Amino acid sequence: MTSRDRIFSKVRSALEGVKDKAAYPDYDPAVLNSAPRLAGTLTEAFTRNLTAAGGNRIGSPAELAGFLQQAGLTRGYCDPALMDAIGNTLASHGLTVETVYDRSRYEDYQFGITRASGAIAETGSLILDDALTSDRLAALSPWVHVAALREDEIHRSVPDAIAALGPSRNVLWATGPSKTADVEGILIEGVHGPGEQVAIFI
Amino acid sequence: MIDHQLIDTYAREISDEKQTSVITGSAASTEKRYSILHQDYEDPNALRKLAGAIKDHTLHHLDRYLEQAESSLKRNGVQVHFADSGDEAKETVLKILQEREITRLTKSKSMASEEIHLNPYLTENGIECLESDLGEFIIQLDDDVPSHIVRPIIHKNRREIARTFQREGIAADYNDDPETITRRARVFLREKYMQAQAVITGGNFISAESGRIVLVTNEGNSRFGMAPSRVHIALVGIEKIVPTDRDLGVFLNLLGRSATGQQLTVYTEFISGPKDDSQPSGPEEMHVVLMNNGRSDVLESNCREILRCIRCSACQNVCPVYRQASGHAYRATYGGPVGAVLSPLLFGDQFPDLADLPKASSLCGACNEVCPVDIPIPDLLLRLRNKAKQEHIPQPGDVPMSPFATLATSPSLWRTAMTMSKAMNHLPIEVAPVKPLQEWLGQRTLPEWHGGDFRKWLKDRKK
Repeated sequence: MTSRDRIFSKVRSALEGVKDKAAYPDYDPAVLNSAPRLAGTLTEAFTRNLTAAGGNRIGSPAELAGFLQQAGLTRGYCDPALMDAIGNTLASHGLTVETVYDRSRYEDYQFGITRASGAIAETGSLILDDALTSDRLAALSPWVHVAALREDEIHRSVPDAIAALGPSRNVLWATGPSKTADVEGILIEGVHGPGEQVAIFI
Repeated sequence: MIDHQLIDTYAREISDEKQTSVITGSAASTEKRYSILHQDYEDPNALRKLAGAIKDHTLHHLDRYLEQAESSLKRNGVQVHFADSGDEAKETVLKILQEREITRLTKSKSMASEEIHLNPYLTENGIECLESDLGEFIIQLDDDVPSHIVRPIIHKNRREIARTFQREGIAADYNDDPETITRRARVFLREKYMQAQAVITGGNFISAESGRIVLVTNEGNSRFGMAPSRVHIALVGIEKIVPTDRDLGVFLNLLGRSATGQQLTVYTEFISGPKDDSQPSGPEEMHVVLMNNGRSDVLESNCREILRCIRCSACQNVCPVYRQASGHAYRATYGGPVGAVLSPLLFGDQFPDLADLPKASSLCGACNEVCPVDIPIPDLLLRLRNKAKQEHIPQPGDVPMSPFATLATSPSLWRTAMTMSKAMNHLPIEVAPVKPLQEWLGQRTLPEWHGGDFRKWLKDRKK
């Protein structure tokens, strides 16, 4: 008997003793929606919830250049497909922008700009889909991750975003920067992933 | 007769420093959970009832959903393994690694792996397996065990951690600033991620419908561990299945809020197979080990509701016993109210050893009120107390009941004993050399004996 067979036979025999088997509770996923979090337009709600989670929405590539320079971050990666929309502006402000992410030099990239496939208004999450993310590591190892998306790609709620997961092998929802409170419950941002999570509309 | 609950003894001996860490940490988490649920929802109670009902349905049809999950996972290109016992799970993981000559890996926090002590096993077999969650990393350095489901080092303070980092050479000097501690771990661990050939994770949920595995972390460690690795192994308990993707929304909304007071855990990853070919970073191979390790026994028991647990730790945070005693007092992987039910059951042949845990509760009911899947923990504790009685397992605080039974079944003996016992009022019982009696009286004062007075009053009244 294989382990698989043993497990199935044990589970089946355990379930023989369950008299009233619970039916599936049908429900409207809208019961999950948090009205206060959804207040306002999708963009307003997204921006508010992203900020509350410790993230940042930045209005334009020029503003992003200023933000990075102020933080002393001068070198980073940009998805080649986003050079026209964002990378070239940063370069024109004197920042070094590379379009190849070489993982052997992972510490050289202080910021990483990649394409997000959407966002969730209700939670302030950015959706990174393998199919659109030029490199998972480029969105993870730099101190600042900039997720670029179109304003019309914001999903309203968690159930809406789940319904839109699609066929991708890997979808990540990033809700604010990487965090821990392991040491005495004190919140520290930037544990393994980015210490700054930025969203920018293209 | 065992004099004390072992938990009581542990709680009495715990250092003030450790107790303060646990009390403040758990109280803060309880507060955060309460505020976010009530800010975000008019009736958070309805949500947890729904979540409990979905889990109940799934567990009652687990054979069907397990089969469906298996075929969905396979359809996604995942290699599925079944492990009936903890040993089988460990051997399966080792075999996958050895066949691929993998010797270095990172591991993101997984209670299932804690349960089977996977780390020491891999180390013994020559595989470097580094914990990447900050708390678990510190636990590993200290050769300690986690004392909380979500915050493994809730029992440690910054000074201890700083000393550990210095001792283990993670840092050259002592620095107990939490931000510095975190940065030092960041630098140390990312180098390890980059060298790792594989990553081991747990799994918070599996959707039977799509075969998506959901992994949540706040630190991003599972994501980082996965990005440079060739092979991903997820070790998941068979009870982690939910029917559909839609149901994932119910649980994700509750998990982050119940665990840490967040609307969602920072990194919520939906994985359905190895990476896409176009993606440069991520595992080329994905394995899921579906582990039983006693869960089918729990399913068969009258405490099967405990399998609804999504490991949020809200019951630990709110529990007055957990707060005083800390997680280590429970002597098993799972501490607190959930552990008092799950540990004696899951470690089935150990039931007698852990049968005292269900008694370590005042049955105040707070654990049920905060549970995101509405597990009736106090009821389950009572069922387990009953089980211990029926199996004649000696319990701390047990009083021999046979003299009482003799008296209570004979009205004449009872009457005599009632009046005769008045003699106790004149005996120096406080100094009687009977140890259990002395211990009992150490914390209590006996009232004056009035045995027989009520019967006399009733008899006189009838006249």
